Amino acid sequence: MTPASKKLFKSYGLGLIWLFALLWPLLGIHADGTITFKNAIMVWLYVFAATLVILVFVLLRRAGLLSFMTVPLVRAGDAAGRSAKTLPGWTWVSAGLAFLLLFPQFTGRYETDVAINVLVYICLGLGLNIVVGLAGMLDLGYIAFYGVGAYTYALLSIHYQLSFWLALPVAASTACVAGCIIGYPTLRMRGDYLAIVTLGFGEIVRIILNNWMSLTNGPNGILGINPPGIYYPSFADGFSIEHLYLKKLHLVYYVILALAIITIIAVRRLNFSRIGRAWEAIREDETAAELMGVNTFRLKLLAYAMGALFGGLAGAFFSARMRFVSPESFTFIESATVLAMVVLGGMASIPGIVVGALALIVLPEVFREFELYRMLALGGAMVLMMQFRPEGIIPATRMGTRSEEKG
Amino acid sequence: MTAPILELKDIHSSYGNIDALKGISLKVYAGEIVTMIGANGAGKSTALMSICGVVPIKAGEIYYNGEAIHGKPADALPLLGLCQVPEGRRIFPRLSVEDNLELGAFFRKDQSNIVADMERAFALFPELKDRRKQLGGTLSGGEQQMLAIGRALMSRPKLLLLDEPSLGLAPLIVQRIFDIIHDINAEEGTTILLVEQNANIALQLAKRGYVLETGKIIMEDEAEKLLHNPEIRKAYLGEA
Repeated sequence: MTPASKKLFKSYGLGLIWLFALLWPLLGIHADGTITFKNAIMVWLYVFAATLVILVFVLLRRAGLLSFMTVPLVRAGDAAGRSAKTLPGWTWVSAGLAFLLLFPQFTGRYETDVAINVLVYICLGLGLNIVVGLAGMLDLGYIAFYGVGAYTYALLSIHYQLSFWLALPVAASTACVAGCIIGYPTLRMRGDYLAIVTLGFGEIVRIILNNWMSLTNGPNGILGINPPGIYYPSFADGFSIEHLYLKKLHLVYYVILALAIITIIAVRRLNFSRIGRAWEAIREDETAAELMGVNTFRLKLLAYAMGALFGGLAGAFFSARMRFVSPESFTFIESATVLAMVVLGGMASIPGIVVGALALIVLPEVFREFELYRMLALGGAMVLMMQFRPEGIIPATRMGTRSEEKG
Repeated sequence: MTAPILELKDIHSSYGNIDALKGISLKVYAGEIVTMIGANGAGKSTALMSICGVVPIKAGEIYYNGEAIHGKPADALPLLGLCQVPEGRRIFPRLSVEDNLELGAFFRKDQSNIVADMERAFALFPELKDRRKQLGGTLSGGEQQMLAIGRALMSRPKLLLLDEPSLGLAPLIVQRIFDIIHDINAEEGTTILLVEQNANIALQLAKRGYVLETGKIIMEDEAEKLLHNPEIRKAYLGEA
């Protein structure tokens, strides 16, 4: 046995002992005072068996005994990548677009609903990515802007019957203003301090929504929000312009699809712009960026405002689709989920965040029976990510490519 | 002599209760290379950071081209032609060499000149040209120092502040960097204020020198004279 594998087995053994020490109090000590061992040992044995199998695979891979399997797989992957590149990029984009456009025609209500969720979270993830991935400021209260956007449209809709499309820019700008208000006092902070303060602001917004009864109707929420509407020409009897509320789910899907595509294009353009590069410089070294003439104060505020803007857009859509908002939708766990998508998918990488949102929304739906273990699986996935792919599922290939040199 | 391009008048600054600078006055004239030497913790870097407005000053005045710049934010200075190459290089590790250089010209709007300036930086540091797409953090120490200097040059500085460009580099590379600093000064007329621990090489390059000790300037003279001053030789050049 080599020293390396000896070390591995030693830490594996220690880990198992530690796991049992954690498991037994949880499973073995009951509320009525009885103490059992059977349950804990059973679960522990399952974990032991599962991890042992994984360990054997890891060891085989290290010894190169699995190369007969991995090498052809990697080769096939490379070949697929190369053949994908032979077709111009727009073919893939248009194929993807066609698929997305046709998606609700083939699938049922449930699938469309999940797809809408994914698209909402893509918008949120991309917005948060501006703050976290590009400007490098850890924001744990991002969902507050989602809430501000949602309540803006909700209130405008029930009090003034303002149409969704007119309310959209209003919701975006109120979220933007909220972003500046929250961003302004936090800009002097860095790292952990910033994270804690944003966490606090996120909670403040939720508590205000919860307690300002006269405006927000408190925990009861706001009912009767209008869905997005469209005008269309009708030729049924003569010519007239008809108005239609988009109540059908597949029509709502197209609204969020359009919003998500706009968000992707906007974030992509920001990413590759001069401002995007300055954000990345701030993330890398704030003082050095300042010495190079980057107005860090203004740019960080702008990052907050832009991030909040996309959150506000998504929020307005959320309330229009649910036709109901309540403060419960804007809890810390939502902020954490969006952040997890950004980290899991790959910071500052747009395809990464799309995949991250897809993974964190679709997988829990697929494994609905194991709902109890969702947080466990998410935590486990995070640990594995940090071990094996710390840069995310699809890492940003090269950050801040000069726009004139692409393609 | 004409008015100095940079003048510090009795600068005090501190980190909390610890006084880092206890009244520093110095003058730099256009076109010259001035060096500030001193041991660790003498306040050399603090002096440069105070000039750039990163470390706030408690008392004193700083004039650049006759204009008071104390209290100005750090990011306003490159616009005036005052740029610093900070200690430890501080390039942007996860940005490409090109993006690093481009950030040096962040405030400039003249795109065509920026491209020309980048070519000039590549002419000055050919090794950067081969690595233009590489991430800054993957460069060697010497290359990173070249990148940091190149990045500062992208702002077309009139006055360049260099903080320990020799830090952690092999002697051959140090010589090369100092040759380039000499060229920048001789060919473009860029005024240079150089902070160094390596007193020998700094005094050979500079025209005048200041000696800094625990936040005070204890000596000021022609570099040539400082180089032959027995006290300096003993304290900073390692002679018994």
